[in-house]
Amino acid sequence: MSHGNMNLTLKVWKQKNKDAKGALETYQVKGISPDMSFLEMFDVLNEQLITEGKDPIAFDHDCREGICGMCSMFINGRPHGPVKGVTTCQLHMRSFKDGDTIVVEPWRSTAFPIVKDLAVDRSAFDRVIAAGGFVSVNTGNAKDANNILINKDDADDAFNAAACIGCGACVATCKNGSAMLFVSAKVSQLALLPQGQIEKEARVLSMVGQMDDEGFGACSVTGACEIECPKGISLENIARMNREFLGANIKSKH
Amino acid sequence: MSKENFLQSSLGRKLVMGITGLFLITFLIVHVGCNACIFANDGGVLFNQVADFMAHNFFIRVMEVVLFAGIFTHMIQALLLTLKNQKARPVKYAVTNGAANSKWYSRSMGVLGSLLLMFFVIHWAHFWVPTKVAVFTGQPENTFEHMKEIFSKEYVVTIYLLGIISLCYHLLHGFPSAFQTVGLNNKKYTPLLKKTGAIFSITVCLLFAAMPITVYLGIIK
Ligand code: SF4
Ligand code: FES
Repeated sequence: MSHGNMNLTLKVWKQKNKDAKGALETYQVKGISPDMSFLEMFDVLNEQLITEGKDPIAFDHDCREGICGMCSMFINGRPHGPVKGVTTCQLHMRSFKDGDTIVVEPWRSTAFPIVKDLAVDRSAFDRVIAAGGFVSVNTGNAKDANNILINKDDADDAFNAAACIGCGACVATCKNGSAMLFVSAKVSQLALLPQGQIEKEARVLSMVGQMDDEGFGACSVTGACEIECPKGISLENIARMNREFLGANIKSKH
Repeated sequence: MSKENFLQSSLGRKLVMGITGLFLITFLIVHVGCNACIFANDGGVLFNQVADFMAHNFFIRVMEVVLFAGIFTHMIQALLLTLKNQKARPVKYAVTNGAANSKWYSRSMGVLGSLLLMFFVIHWAHFWVPTKVAVFTGQPENTFEHMKEIFSKEYVVTIYLLGIISLCYHLLHGFPSAFQTVGLNNKKYTPLLKKTGAIFSITVCLLFAAMPITVYLGIIK
């Protein structure tokens, strides 16, 4: 499938399993098309490795269209590479030059242990969601649309927060390994809507508690997450979570 | 599901950092205001009056204790948070490009804070300790003359200027971040807050820097 003219040197993190010691290994790839995605370039490399009888590089991917959040790669010091507002699967090789050396590492965070090579286990995020990122409802007939009126600004803010795909780029880029952008997006999308407001205090307390238990760091407002987030989640969500958290602690009876 | 003690949670600690930071900012306003009395250039008459008031007023004495408690709390929380944050990423990246997504001083608050602490120790030894000694021994203290003597040495002026530069960058990040941490951030007032923070940090630090410089150059007599 390779029919381009870019030749690249890749330095990719190889690590057998969670506990093994990893190291950067150097690979050469030839004939890469500038129209390929970064993941397609990895497919070419892996085919080449398999043909040579070598161990292919493990990396996560699923949708390959920027919605599942699986394609975690730390490329030349930035999550998802040099282009703003995209995931690795949406990054094209035209963003690089022929002859470039590209360093690719996994997300590095205590809470995201490495499974193999570039694949990390992000189930810490799932546990944060399970701790409170839901609305408890009795199922029944679907309600009429617009049954509950919602302020347009709140609806927009909730929708923007809900755009988070749980990719973990915020944690990966944060110098403190903080997950506050992710957690605040999940707290906000529910706290802004009437259906989510009933449980909002209990929710923020237990989601923040779970976030700390997982070993994520604490925000120091460098703003790196907001710049690197492929979905443009704003720091306003972290401020909202801080307000919610303070309010919930003041109101809390136990 | 786990619910933790407010003051032990990462968000609780951050709130304490923000609130103590804002308190220390208000102290700076008082500090720079009092010291600016040297610019009256009246041989230190006004400045010494203010210094004498500050050294003996009861309310100021109480606030002095609160101030040291504030600095101490800010430091301890910073230390605990830094340790937690380091544990969150024990294996470092081979390559990082922080400049692509954040300001260097926002990533260097710990270093800037440590430099500030070293500077404060020198600064306290220069001014706070002699003033205390004078108050307790009941001797008259001419703070203005004392300051002129201290700022007559080049290396001292250099240390002060370096301390003030650290302060300036610490404030440039700390001022707007404190508001973000206590939960104030929206499209309407945040840009204004950021501008105010930058103007505040630079003005305060220029005023502080002007003090050793003008005294050293003999402009303030
Ligand atoms: S906030 Fe952004 S960077 Fe973080 S997980 Fe969600 S989409 Fe990814
Ligand atoms: S593979 Fe789904 S977002 Fe990249």
